[in-house]
Formats: sequence, structure tokens, C-alpha cells
Amino acid sequence: MSSEIVAFDTRHIAGYRRMAFKRAIAMVTALVVMLWLVILDLSIGPSGMPLSDVIDAVLAGPDGADRATATIIWYLRMPQSLMAVIVGMCLGIAGLQMQTILDNPLASPFTLGFSAAAGFGAALSIMFGAALPLPEYLITPIAAFAMTILACVIVYGMVHALGETPEILVLCGIGVLFLFQSLQSLLQYLASPEILQQIVFWLFGSLLKANWTSVTVTSLVALACLPFILHDTWKLTVLRLGDANAASLGISVGRLRRRSFVLIALLTAAAVSFVGTIGFVGLVAPHVAKALVGEDHRFAIPLSAMVGAVILASASVFGKLISPGGVIPVGIITAVAGIPMLFLVIYARKRRSS
Amino acid sequence: MKTQTLAIDDLHVRRSGTDILSGVSCSLTTGQVVGVIGPNGAGKSTLLSAVAGQSGFSGTVTWSGSGAGSGYGRRPESADVGYMPQSCKVSAALTVLETVLLGTHERLGWRVSQSDIARATDILAELSLSHLASRCMTTLSGGQQQLVLLAQRLVRQPGLLVLDEATSALDMSHQISVLMLLKRYVVRHNALALMAIHDLNIAMQYADQLVLIHDGRLIHQDAPENVLSVENIRRCYGLDVDLVARPGGRPVIAPLARATA
Repeated sequence: MSSEIVAFDTRHIAGYRRMAFKRAIAMVTALVVMLWLVILDLSIGPSGMPLSDVIDAVLAGPDGADRATATIIWYLRMPQSLMAVIVGMCLGIAGLQMQTILDNPLASPFTLGFSAAAGFGAALSIMFGAALPLPEYLITPIAAFAMTILACVIVYGMVHALGETPEILVLCGIGVLFLFQSLQSLLQYLASPEILQQIVFWLFGSLLKANWTSVTVTSLVALACLPFILHDTWKLTVLRLGDANAASLGISVGRLRRRSFVLIALLTAAAVSFVGTIGFVGLVAPHVAKALVGEDHRFAIPLSAMVGAVILASASVFGKLISPGGVIPVGIITAVAGIPMLFLVIYARKRRSS
Repeated sequence: MKTQTLAIDDLHVRRSGTDILSGVSCSLTTGQVVGVIGPNGAGKSTLLSAVAGQSGFSGTVTWSGSGAGSGYGRRPESADVGYMPQSCKVSAALTVLETVLLGTHERLGWRVSQSDIARATDILAELSLSHLASRCMTTLSGGQQQLVLLAQRLVRQPGLLVLDEATSALDMSHQISVLMLLKRYVVRHNALALMAIHDLNIAMQYADQLVLIHDGRLIHQDAPENVLSVENIRRCYGLDVDLVARPGGRPVIAPLARATA
């Protein structure tokens, strides 16, 4: 009898380990694809460059002997490629967390008005920033970041006062979204045609705005958020069982939701401030990740990050291939490419469940 | 093993100007399954959630001399309480084994240990759910989900189990096996199970003790055959019943017709 139980236990332990192994394989695959896309992205540009030269230039470092190649790779293409990866990761994680805390598959980092706030901040700085004693390339990101955090503070305050349920969070967030969208529209209405063009270009989201400053700042914000994200990994998985269940398992649901909300705001602000609002990544990446590894957030968070990076890096590659000058903003490509991807995920999930 | 006690003293819960519970007092000791019965809206869920420290109340609730809450407040959360709330539908893409493991999320590390998995699979085996271990929660029936969530509470090995609707979606045979399992559990772990039971015959046959609640008040607390008297059932449920005696067992309740006002 007892040997039967032992045999049975081992079978389940082996099954669980096998499942974890399969998930690890999915993550390693995503990592390899991501790195391959980064190298591919580095090799594509108006001046072209064979893959071997790209690898040589990367290995030679920014002070490599071939100055022209080193400059193209290290100062023009690499910040854009790295920015695609970091922004994709931030939006992937923020999207997953938003879907978890709102218990809503339609949620994305932009659901609660963060993108509208960033857009308003950017528009404000493009119109009036010249009056400030700051370098122009910093004013817009700072304004976009500040407005996103302001939106977060407003929603946080309202939720704190009214209650931390997903419904209240969504309603307050949608309110803030419309507020900032209207303010942004007002500025667009008042702006001169030249300014309007700049605002619209920012809103589309483009990796052309990336440089080493943006890469550094965005990475630092993401790294600062990382310990908190890791700390709540199990709790977020438990939250997927529903509020009542999570509370009965000893989790302060309201506190967890507020903490995650602030992290989402920081990650989103970091992601959009420099490159503008890049849509769909934060909606689709979590769905792809969950379809591949389920909702254990130990796997879903890193995979969501990597899928986000893969989507944005492939959009960057695709964008450069169809318009070698890189004039089509990556935000437009992700939205167009994201829709079929979303349908594919929904279709795959439906087939699996039926 | 030392017997532990759950002492509820003068428990009041008031919501939106209405008294949901008024002056409930009782004392229950470990080693038994206590059924909380009463008609719909009597205050069973409110009582259970207050005892589990999930909602506010006034009065005192003490679990073995610790974790007392008094005044209008919540009882401090205790790791020794396993509470299963009402209507927990799970729509997450998690397997049954993963869901049970989450019952002990506080002690899970980045790598789930062999002993954690073994503990979870043991509970699944006890509830005859082993064959579902790798199934996704979303593909289970309501009753199966309820059993998995019960397993999730049991894996925590709490001293006080507070179950609101642990058996409501189960067929009769599963209801009985859950109650038998709980009876074994409370004896083995010197624990107390406090659970809402809707089926009065199941309550009569399998509970060690019953607490009858009606209109927010405790009507009767005693052995099932004493609580489920013809008078008590008529008074609280408005139902006329016949108690059919069984040799060597507790009587069976046979409903006759609706009581006339």
C-alpha cells in the first residue's frame, strides 16, 4: 500500500517537473529568438551591412578600429535595437500585471489612461517646452513621464478613497484616460500645423527617438521595479484565483493591487516617455505568454517580457525592410501586426479548449 | 493532544443599518465537524467570514486564546485558519496541482520543493482527484473546482477550517466523502471544521454538532438529533417534517408539506 503511494507521488512530481521543463524550453526559445532578432535588427539599416560585419563591430566595441561601422552599429542602430527590447519587455510585464490585477483579458498598460497622460505631457512640452532651460531631447520624455505619474497619482488617490476593486480601478482609470485625451485633443486643436505634425509623430511611437540616454534611463527604471515584481510573483498567481479566494489565502488583495498599479505606471512611463505610445505590445504579449506557459507568474512574467521584446524587435526589423529609411513609426506596425497575432492566440486557445 | 477551543462571544454584525448577526455566542472544541445550518439569508456566511477574520464585527472571537478581535474590527489574520469563501469560480489557466500548491504560496520558493508537491498530491489522492492533477482548472465542473479549492485549504493543514459552501455543488456521494474526510482530518490534526451545510439530512447524519442560525441569531447549538427537531425546523424553515427513526442511527428527515402561516 505504502509503496503504491510512493510510486504515485513520484509520477506526479515527475509530471510537474516535466511541465516546468517544457516552460523553461519555451522561455529559452523566446530568448534565442529575441537575441537573433536583435542581431538581425542591427544588420538592417539604410547603409546595409553583412551579418559578419555586424558581429565583428559588436565584438570590437564602440572604439573599434573601423570607425564608420562602429559609429553606425554602436551609436545609431544599437540604441534603437536595445530600446525595442527594453520597451517591449516593460510593456509586456506591465500588460500582464494589468490583466491580472484587473482580472480582465482586454486590459493593457494603456487601459487606465497612462498613454493618454504621456501623450498630453509630450504635446505640452512640444508646444511650450522651448521656454524651459533644458535640452530639447530631455524635455519631452520628462514631461511624458511626469504626466504618466500624475495620472497614476490621480487614479491611486481615487481608488484609495473609493475602494480597491477592479471595477472602481477601471472606472477611475477610464475617467483619467478621457480627461487626458481631451486635454491632448485641445492642444492638438490649438497647435500650428508644424507643431501638430511633431505631436502626431510622437504619438505614433517610433524607435528613431532612441539614444543611449533613453536606453540607460529606461533600463534603470525597469531594474528598480524588478525586485518588487519578483517579490509579488506568487501573490499575483494566487490573485488569478479571484479576490475572495486570494484574501482567504492570506493575501491583502487591495494592497497588492495598489502596489502592482504603481509598478505598472512606472514601467509604462519608462517605456513610452522616450519612444512614444507603442500600442498592442502590452495587450498581445501577455496573451501569447499565457497561451505558452499558463498563468504561473514565475514563467508568465519573464516570457511576457520576452514576447514583448520579440514583437517590438520584429516590428522594427519589418519596418526597416518595408521602408529602408525607417520612416514608418514602429507603433503603427505593432498595431497592424498585433491584430492578426491576437486573433491567432484567441483561435489557438479556442481550439485547445474545445 | 491538547484540545483547542473556538470561543465566539456576543458577535454582532451590522451592514447598511441592518443587523445581520445579533449576539451570537458559542464555544466549540477541536476534534469535531460542526455544521452551520439555517435558511437562506439567516447569516451563516456572515458568521463564517467573521470567524475567519475576513470581515468586520463587534464582539470577540477567540481561537485557543490567541487571535482575539474585539470592538468593531477584524480578527487578526491567522495562518492557522483555512477559510473557503462562497462561490469561488476559477477562470485561470492553472492546472489542478498548481492550484493546490498555491494553498501554501507563502512557503513556495522559485523552485517548488519535492515535499510541497508530495503534500499537494497526497491531498488530491485523499479527495480522489489524482486523475485530474494535470487538468486545467477551466475545464473542470463546478463540483470538481469546489473539491480542488477544498484541497487547497487542506494542504495548509489549518487547525480551524471554516468552510462556506464546501459541498454545495457536490452530488450526494461526494458530499458524504468530503464530510468523512473532514471527520478523519479533524481527529488526525486535532482540528475544528466549521462548515455551512444546506442538506439537513447530510447535516443530521454526518456532523458531530450543529449550530442553527435564524434571522441573525443562534437558535440552538447541540448534537444534530437535538438541533434538528420538528419544532426547530418548522420555526426556522417554515417546513413540516417527519423524523423517521432508524435503528442504531440518527433519524431521517422527511419533508411533509409547507407549514401554514
